[in-house]
Amino acid sequence: MSDIAPGLETLDYRFPGQRPAGAFAPVLVGVVGSGNLEVLLEPADGSDCTFRIETSARGFGPIWEAVVRDFHRRHPLAGVHVSVNDMGATPAVVSLRLEQAVSELAP
Amino acid sequence: MTAHVSVSYAECSARERLARLVDDGSFHEWLPPAQRLTSPHLAQLGVPSAFDDGVAIGRATLAGRSIFIAAQEGEFMGGGVGEVHGAKLVGLLRRALRARPDERPDAVLLLAESGGVRLHEANAGLIAVSEVMRALLDVRAAGIPVVVLIGGANGCFGGMGIVARCADRVVMSDIGRLAMSGPEVIEASHGVDEFDARDRALVWRTTGGKHRWLSGDCDVLVEDDVAAFRAAAIGALDASTPVTLERLETEHALLATRLRLLPDTVDGDEAMALWAQLGVVDASRIPDLDVDAVRALRTV
Repeated sequence: MSDIAPGLETLDYRFPGQRPAGAFAPVLVGVVGSGNLEVLLEPADGSDCTFRIETSARGFGPIWEAVVRDFHRRHPLAGVHVSVNDMGATPAVVSLRLEQAVSELAP
Repeated sequence: MTAHVSVSYAECSARERLARLVDDGSFHEWLPPAQRLTSPHLAQLGVPSAFDDGVAIGRATLAGRSIFIAAQEGEFMGGGVGEVHGAKLVGLLRRALRARPDERPDAVLLLAESGGVRLHEANAGLIAVSEVMRALLDVRAAGIPVVVLIGGANGCFGGMGIVARCADRVVMSDIGRLAMSGPEVIEASHGVDEFDARDRALVWRTTGGKHRWLSGDCDVLVEDDVAAFRAAAIGALDASTPVTLERLETEHALLATRLRLLPDTVDGDEAMALWAQLGVVDASRIPDLDVDAVRALRTV
């Protein structure tokens, strides 16, 4: 039996960014459905890229960290806050949603 | 020349429907996701929230005319109406009532896709749905038509089914569904002999767009195509019908007549028997006919 308590898990990550996103209207992609997630990109002060993940699948912190670190390596955004509401999406789906959000950010 | 490429309304998300249904780029959202007006209840139950609580509301133009519009996201909690979700719908309707003359919308459109009350939020959801009904009827009474569009994969059930039937006009696709209790609820409460929720043909015969069209419960039957829904919505912009005692009594008489149409026991399929009693030609072929053909067969 798992020793992980029921409920949501909140995960926060912060990476130094290199590519300033500038001012942009918030971007929302995806839907909070089974095996799916929504991603919200917003402009933020400073030159970091920050992540706040709320997930119903507890105990997968190391995998989330690997996924967002990999994403940030491909897109080293600066001045962006990424918010995720997740309902058990697989790492591949998470990566695709993050890519989709960035593609809508591009001018 | 541009060819018309059909886009399935059922397969679109709520936000895709909004973007494609109204005039290009005209949707202006109120309480957008970045404001994080989320459910105060779901996190306590270990259920993730959505930044918009499953519904987007705002103003837009449709064929150049001002409208207020809401779209429910069926993939989030089955489109269930929670406290915040319901409050956003109520706020949209009340804003239509309070708008200055130059902001007054020509219509309010509800792109409904919902299993009804979000049971996680129980009483708050129930109260919210009843407030939506009251606000909707107030908007109708003010002479602003309310148009409900139903074509999402989750259908329109429970409290939202009642809300739909409170509107001036209901537009459905053949794969849209409209009812009070959903198939699983009927099976759970009355047994599989009464209603087999896994019998998809039965579910659509008794709740689907064709049935609602033939029985007079929807006003426009369209193909599962965003452009068809848009055209029907434009056609409904002047559909205001005041709620009067006379109209209510006519409706009650129609329902009473329908209730008496079927005998206590029916040999064979009950939906087909009802269509036949309504005078629909070749009732047994309805499930196989396309939307155009069914549209011509309505008798009510």
